[in-house]
Amino acid sequence: MEVQDSFYTLVENVCRELYIRSLKEIPPDIVEAIKRAAARETKEVAKRIFSHYLQSIELGQTKDMIVCQDTGIPIYWVGIGGKLRLDGARLTQAITRGTERATKEHPLRSSIVSPLKRENRQTSTGEGIPVIHYNFVPESDQLDILFMPKGSGSENMSSLKMLIPADGVNGIKKFVLEQVVGAGAKPCPPTIVGIGIGGSSDLCMALAKKATARPLGTQNADPQMAALEQELFDAINQTGIGPQGLGGNTTALAVHIESAWTHITCNPVAVNMQCWRAERRRAKMSPAGNVEYGF
Amino acid sequence: MAHFTFKTPLTEADVRQLQLGDSVTLDGIVFGVRDANLIRVFDQGVPPPVNWQGAALLHTAPNVRKTGPGKYEPLSVGTTTSMRMDRFTEGLLKDYGVKAILGKGGLSAHSAELMQKYGACYLSVTGGAAAMETLQIEEIEKVYWEDLMPECIWQFRFKGLGPLTVGIDANGGNLQLDVQTQAQKKAAEILQKMGIA
Repeated sequence: MEVQDSFYTLVENVCRELYIRSLKEIPPDIVEAIKRAAARETKEVAKRIFSHYLQSIELGQTKDMIVCQDTGIPIYWVGIGGKLRLDGARLTQAITRGTERATKEHPLRSSIVSPLKRENRQTSTGEGIPVIHYNFVPESDQLDILFMPKGSGSENMSSLKMLIPADGVNGIKKFVLEQVVGAGAKPCPPTIVGIGIGGSSDLCMALAKKATARPLGTQNADPQMAALEQELFDAINQTGIGPQGLGGNTTALAVHIESAWTHITCNPVAVNMQCWRAERRRAKMSPAGNVEYGF
Repeated sequence: MAHFTFKTPLTEADVRQLQLGDSVTLDGIVFGVRDANLIRVFDQGVPPPVNWQGAALLHTAPNVRKTGPGKYEPLSVGTTTSMRMDRFTEGLLKDYGVKAILGKGGLSAHSAELMQKYGACYLSVTGGAAAMETLQIEEIEKVYWEDLMPECIWQFRFKGLGPLTVGIDANGGNLQLDVQTQAQKKAAEILQKMGIA
């Protein structure tokens, strides 16, 4: 079904909403996990930190406040229903405009600069930004937009290793554990540890990022991958890094793996962490313009 | 663990009492600094337009709403990863007399040595909990270097900033580094148990 002109305006409005709401309303699965983690702490400092997390979550919900100052790199995953007929170039433009309008109209801190001159347009956009990943969903007539404002404390801890087949799964385990411990306090733990396994170097990193956007409580569909998620989760939470790296029982809220097939000579692994707030918002839009917000 | 309340500017005697893990609440002026403005000070040799003797510096770049020329209302003021600013510790302590650096994630062993030498401390702000910290601001009094927006030098007046956690004391202690060192040992044990060298 071909969408009408007004659909693109709606996408723009929805993306504006997604950006602002994501910064104020922490996803319910994350809130529950933070509450459970807080209850597991016995040390004074860790308890203090978790109480600050919970106070800030509440201020976002009840006082309409932005929970963290970092407005992040705006990242969208857009699922386009196979039955939906639209102009992709206009869609990209609408998403970008929504991002800019959120920044100007709220206003939000623009965290985006050019890489060498460090020029800031004060729009949260620039060359290549927002980051938009498109995929196509068979049999659907919906537009599904998942948004994440990716904070830099965790983003700066990203890493990729082009392991070789002889390194095996043990090489993957070692790399992940070293990266999480090496990151220490910097990514604002407890984090969601996103792991990409397989693919080309660029795909591997994208998989790791996508893994961080998965809701808590979900597992990789492949039992071997799910077991690896659990094993790494247990290992990371024994390290004692804790909230803000000040020591405690919870270092990761989850470990999520996303994978792709790879070259016969390759065994790539990527790590991308998401900070304790793990902000994400989602909107599903019908061609007639009905919008359903979620996480 | 003890709790301390100080009014800025701080003295060396204030800072020398602190032990790792203690909590601190600050009242008064706190300056917001970070990457771009410290690069201007130390790499481009532009002196800061403010007096930092005894100052508390917060690693931040806030969300604000402009209300008039040079006037801003805070919307979300939190903190950022301090390690990016680690190489500026010596200059801040030695040349400008800074007594407290506030941020998240901690600073290096070298910064801890410098804090012992110059009588300064690192106070850990709860990263990501900006909403709470924003309500502790009375006013954004002044903003310098607005061309670097949002990485200006911000002059905040706080009432009850905290509780902050002493991450580095003036005795050479470094809590976040200690936790990380322990975690590295633990990770090596875990890998050994998994049969991975």
